[in-house]
Amino acid sequence: MANENNEHAGGGTQVAPIIGPGHDFTSVTDKISDVVLTKGFKKQWLIGFAAAFGLVQLFMVSVVWLLANGTGIWGLNVPVMWGFAIINFVWWIGIGHAGTLISAILLLLRQEWRTSINRFAEAMTLFAVACAGMYPILHLGRPWVFYWLMPYPNTMALWPQFRSPLVFDVFAVSTYATVSLLFWYIGLIPDLGTLRDKAKHRITKVLYGIGAMGWRGSARHWARYQTAYLLLAGLATPLVVSVHTIVSYDFAVGIVPGWHTTIFPPYFVAGAVFAGFAMVLTLAIPMRAVYGMQDFITDRHLDNMAKVMLTTGLIVAYGYLMEDFIAWYGENEYEHFMMLRNRPFGPYWAFYWGLIACNIVIPQLLWVPFCRRNVIVLWLISMAINVGMWLERFIIVVTSLSNDFVPAAWEHYTPTFWDWSLYLGTIGVFLSLMFLFVRVLPAISITEMKELVHEVQHRDGAGHGHGDQHGNDGPSHA
Amino acid sequence: MDVTHPELYGYLAGFKTPEELVDAANRAREAGFRRMEAHSPMPVEGLAEAIGFRKNRIAAIVFIGGLLGGLGGFGMQYFSAVMDYPLNVGGKPLNSWPAFIPVTFECTVLAAALSAVVGMLLLNGLPLPYHPVFNAPEFRRASIDRFFLFVRWDDENFDEVETRSFMEGLNPETMSEVRP
Repeated sequence: MANENNEHAGGGTQVAPIIGPGHDFTSVTDKISDVVLTKGFKKQWLIGFAAAFGLVQLFMVSVVWLLANGTGIWGLNVPVMWGFAIINFVWWIGIGHAGTLISAILLLLRQEWRTSINRFAEAMTLFAVACAGMYPILHLGRPWVFYWLMPYPNTMALWPQFRSPLVFDVFAVSTYATVSLLFWYIGLIPDLGTLRDKAKHRITKVLYGIGAMGWRGSARHWARYQTAYLLLAGLATPLVVSVHTIVSYDFAVGIVPGWHTTIFPPYFVAGAVFAGFAMVLTLAIPMRAVYGMQDFITDRHLDNMAKVMLTTGLIVAYGYLMEDFIAWYGENEYEHFMMLRNRPFGPYWAFYWGLIACNIVIPQLLWVPFCRRNVIVLWLISMAINVGMWLERFIIVVTSLSNDFVPAAWEHYTPTFWDWSLYLGTIGVFLSLMFLFVRVLPAISITEMKELVHEVQHRDGAGHGHGDQHGNDGPSHA
Repeated sequence: MDVTHPELYGYLAGFKTPEELVDAANRAREAGFRRMEAHSPMPVEGLAEAIGFRKNRIAAIVFIGGLLGGLGGFGMQYFSAVMDYPLNVGGKPLNSWPAFIPVTFECTVLAAALSAVVGMLLLNGLPLPYHPVFNAPEFRRASIDRFFLFVRWDDENFDEVETRSFMEGLNPETMSEVRP
């Protein structure tokens, strides 16, 4: 890779650069907008989109079959009333969290390297939250009256029970979806203006123009824009923590062995970030290879994301350890049985040890610099974490419900075809949306990359008149 | 648009770098121009101050929005739990405020975020389907890699000849008249 040398690194430090050398305003704009504005499709894109869109059809069939027959088509039974719907809800919403972390928290912490991955991660958040949001609605017996969850004046004279975490969840997830959408769209407005001005085709111009709302880069507009963007980041930061905290309340408030612990909120939040970064890497590694974005999503980005995964993975490991310790130390017989006997040695032992391997053992490879830099190894590790975090939610939801207090009430849970098909279907929805996003919208923030270029040029003392070194001879990007 | 100036909306000077634009904007302000605008493909530090922008009310709007959202969220729950639908659960107080905090918090964030976005768009006068400055052909690069200073016809010091020569004196890369 061309950016191995450190000549252009910021401030003469030893770290690898966060942007490839030789970029200016023009080249950054061209490189990112060409992905969107060039005619035709890449072969990899077509194949990937076709596969994902096939899964969307599976999703459609699964939802129709569900609506026609009710939740009985799933593997639910009387103690295990929360099956795949809740497992997948928590999994998807956790994946969403990395997007907000990257775009909001790293912005507040002035981590410049976030710039080239934030748009992409925000889109991921949005689509993951869309997938997550479908599950609680679909697992209602009558999904068409889901709006009963919202407080509104109604002829039944009823209110939601505001003391219930399940109602907290409605507010948390809908607020999170709305704020993520706003944050993403506000970030896109100047870039849509760029695409409007660069587009050749009349219809493309009009469509991007509508999205850009007449943005003209006025300094007054930028001043208000920046304040609004920064405040949105400040609001999104506690929001993202609150969302997974509230998701964990769905479990922790219930007096079910294995759920009723105070460590749930922090370790759910860490687990969400862990899972989300894994998903960002899973998607970003192929994308940067296909679109030749190695100059923007550099090895330094992959390295940093791997380190965040390692850190949050250790927090998650601490969570598991502490759950087991308290189960042993607390001597509550039900919790003791659940944590120390049922989970590791009970009917779902394979899932449990799979989760330990994927979430604790395999991520330790990230201590080794080679594993953080080799894209294939890193991709495989991130896939292992995706699987591991799904297994974690399976273990939490299923083991605690299927073997609760009275052995006479125990029931084994086996997912059916329709459980799996809906899960695969939402993966299809998510991937299809990601493919469409990468094709029609700038996957990297053009505006913020320009700010970064400007800043890097200044730090390097590249002198004056540097804005257009390559401006007109136009470095050609295929 | 004022009918007395149907011909000319203002002068648009284009620069290659943000530094040149800030410099030009400062000199234009010192020369007494007030109704001017600077356009750049990315936020430029000091540019808003250079064209005389002071009142950024976004923070106040967001604060008020958040406050109203929080009060509204808590008020809704209080009204529901204490006044409209009192339900005695195990003799616990009807106004069980700790349980109302999560929803109050979410309502605060939601209202604050919506007011940040709506406030920013409204104060910026967006969406705006037509603006004369887009008539200048080189302005298309304002969102790509060029930096523009624009002096409007309704500025007190605006003069078709003198303003033009002043702006040419700023040594811009491009210079054009913008017609409405």
